[in-house]
Amino acid sequence: MSRLNQIELALAGLMLAAAPWVINAAPYESTMGLVQKIFYFHMPSAWLFLIAAIVSGVASAIFLFGKKKNADGWALAAAELAVVFGIITLVTGPLWARKAWGIWWVWDARLTSSLILWMIFVAYLLLRRYGGPGSDKLGAGMALFGLANVPFIFVSVNVWRTLHPQTSVVPTLPVQMGGPLWFCVFAFLLLFLALLSMRARLERHRMRIEDLYLAEDEA
Amino acid sequence: MRFCRALFVAVLLMTAPAAYAAQPQPTVDEFLPMEEVPAEEQIPAINLVAAAYGFVWVVVVGYVWSLGRRLQKAEAEIADLERRAR
Repeated sequence: MSRLNQIELALAGLMLAAAPWVINAAPYESTMGLVQKIFYFHMPSAWLFLIAAIVSGVASAIFLFGKKKNADGWALAAAELAVVFGIITLVTGPLWARKAWGIWWVWDARLTSSLILWMIFVAYLLLRRYGGPGSDKLGAGMALFGLANVPFIFVSVNVWRTLHPQTSVVPTLPVQMGGPLWFCVFAFLLLFLALLSMRARLERHRMRIEDLYLAEDEA
Repeated sequence: MRFCRALFVAVLLMTAPAAYAAQPQPTVDEFLPMEEVPAEEQIPAINLVAAAYGFVWVVVVGYVWSLGRRLQKAEAEIADLERRAR
């Protein structure tokens, strides 16, 4: 683990530990009350879920069309993070919904497409783990499907009727709520950058190990 | 053939009321406002908020631990292979 990763992880950890106090200082939302505080973890993780899917899709495109082997390592690292931040989003959302909507889950466009995106990246990881030779190119194709799903998820709340809040909520938040939200977004972003860099390094190490084994066989 | 057709129609007529009765009745529980839900059926908000925050920590700590372990293992393997190559 590099020095920068250690600093990023420590800072993100401290910020996440301090988050309950920062969030507690934010005013209560008038209709949902205390349970709306889940929003401060749910939304940053949802953003990073989509960002990770974009990074994985773009890196896969570079790998497929630009023939850059390193890009595949970044695609795999981002895909793993899409699964991690995706599960946080898909678990914290229903915990909030149970109180706010009276139901854990609805099969509307936003929730269903988010679940599909998460399953695409779970399938991607399974393919990379057990797919054997050629799974890197097949996986890159799957990541492109994941990337295509991202804009659909983003606009789904504005296009289709849904219980989920629209994208216009964040820009219209009062400063007392916006401050804690951006604090959490920054903490999650630091965590994401540190984890992405560490996971991509692991992939470079694995490529180096393969090269060393090949060199040993040839010798 | 005619007997079979008559038997089929008779069975259909006999089972139709039972099939109708077995249909799920319309419910109003899905989107009932929370204030109208009996207090014993409501989950306190603090439990849900604590569960969400706890889940975030469990996932993050678990993933960082797993990633750190995999990195250490890979670095040890590289060191071992490089030593053997010399």
